[in-house]
Amino acid sequence: MIRKIKKYPEALFLILASLLLGMALLSGVMAGLIYLFPNLFQHLGGFKMLRPWHVSSAVFWILTSASGLMMLALREIHPTRTVPGLIALQILLLLIGIFGVFYSYSIGDFGGREYWEFNPIWALPIGLAWCIHLLHFFTIVSVNQSWPVYYWMWMTGSVFFLFTFLENYLWMIPEIRQDLIRDMTIQWKVNGSLVGSWNQLIYGTAFYLMEKTSGNKELAKSRLSFLLYFLGLFNLMFNWGHHIYTLPTESYVRLIAYAVSMTEWIFLARIFYFWKQNIRSAKAQFPYFPYRFLMAADFWIFLSMAHAILISIPALNLFTHGTHVTVAHAMGTTIGINSMIILSGIYQLLPEANASTQIYPSYLRHSFWIAQGSLLVFWISLNGAGITKGIWMHSHSQISFSQLMTQSMPWFGAFVVSGTLLLLSLSTLVYFPILNYFKNSVKS
Amino acid sequence: MYSATIYQLDSTPILKPITYKVELADQGKIIWQQNNCSTCHQIYGLGGYLGPDLTNIYSHPAGINYLKGIIRGGSKQMPEFKFTDSEMDALLEFLHSVDQSGTADPRNFTLHPNGNISPKVP
Repeated sequence: MIRKIKKYPEALFLILASLLLGMALLSGVMAGLIYLFPNLFQHLGGFKMLRPWHVSSAVFWILTSASGLMMLALREIHPTRTVPGLIALQILLLLIGIFGVFYSYSIGDFGGREYWEFNPIWALPIGLAWCIHLLHFFTIVSVNQSWPVYYWMWMTGSVFFLFTFLENYLWMIPEIRQDLIRDMTIQWKVNGSLVGSWNQLIYGTAFYLMEKTSGNKELAKSRLSFLLYFLGLFNLMFNWGHHIYTLPTESYVRLIAYAVSMTEWIFLARIFYFWKQNIRSAKAQFPYFPYRFLMAADFWIFLSMAHAILISIPALNLFTHGTHVTVAHAMGTTIGINSMIILSGIYQLLPEANASTQIYPSYLRHSFWIAQGSLLVFWISLNGAGITKGIWMHSHSQISFSQLMTQSMPWFGAFVVSGTLLLLSLSTLVYFPILNYFKNSVKS
Repeated sequence: MYSATIYQLDSTPILKPITYKVELADQGKIIWQQNNCSTCHQIYGLGGYLGPDLTNIYSHPAGINYLKGIIRGGSKQMPEFKFTDSEMDALLEFLHSVDQSGTADPRNFTLHPNGNISPKVP
């Protein structure tokens, strides 16, 4: 076992990430239950503790696995260039940071901002871990060669994440913090760009996996791949503006944000154009699990993008901003797209995770479909709760907020039940390759 | 360039004249963060969904004492917060500053045929 970890230290990222996913799912269900039973889990700190616990676990699941998969892919491409010492240092810093974050929550030591509520001191090891990640990337990758698109995506995601993570703490400067509207605009920009950064990391891995699955080396060097990369980069830098339509900023900010959001139609058209082709090849390769996850991600990209474009139209955004419709969008992209690509990566890249599983057990196939079905119900129920609130916000004879929450109970019930099914099915899907990895380690 | 414009001071117009104490409101903002208020409440739609948006709670017809009562006594889902008087003053001043910055009520916007929106002129 230790010998194997020494051989593939990158696997530690994925083991840590799988634990974080388990925590994210469990704390998410627990936080959801508080919508139905307000006095539940008060001894654990209630919603105030469980929500940040859930959000941070989910964010670190994505970051840790994105970093680990990139490293595993780079090892496949350049088997001798990995520096184990840098991996060990990055893991150590990540562990210190993540432990600090959850310790901070468990003792109620908040002080940060939305999505990063922990005491800001714990941002230091996380930022340093990311510096090591970036250093390691440039140690492995030669700058003198022509890069496939996934190198550009990994580099862009890594650099922008570090830059935006630092920007995330500009509020510590009183002059920035004291101007509420500017501060909130920065906060939305940061949130949008951080998501854009890890999307670049994960989409880079998706390109690598597609190249590996198809065996077509030209795929990652084609003009279309680079066009999609530049569109992603453009969106990473500018597509945060639709979050601030209701902020009292200058009208040109709103207008540009609207125009930028509409460029996503190009992505949607591309997906629609290739849809038939994908379906045809899917029939042949669908039994292969890593491919199956990529197909699922394709479906969620289509649904999430259509959803995102609609809610980016200011007149519709006015009804959905600040409601669970935004959460539906976040869940569709985080679980449906990012987590499906990550699962595909774990099944393909984690050494020996698939060694004894040429035929996947039936419970795994069932888990896959339960995960897709429950995510769809989860997504619909969040949209339902959001639309109910949107109608309420525009009503001229408003009932109280408390009555609105009571009215929305059926939607909350649906998202707790579907969330529980997601917890069970996604846990099964992620722990299967991890347990295989351990089983095969014991044998070897 | 577009992203950089948000750092320019004049890109964020304050709609109403400032009548709150800036330093005290700043202390209140720190208290807001330290108590993780945004996990349940929103300001301009940013924050959690368990409680109501508090952008304009300061000018709610029920008044400041009602607000203090809710914060100190809690409600069905909201825990009690045992703030000192100075902490309470700072937090309320922060909410005052938020209220002064504009309105989060979507009914105060005009919808245009091209899909855009604009705030209604008071």
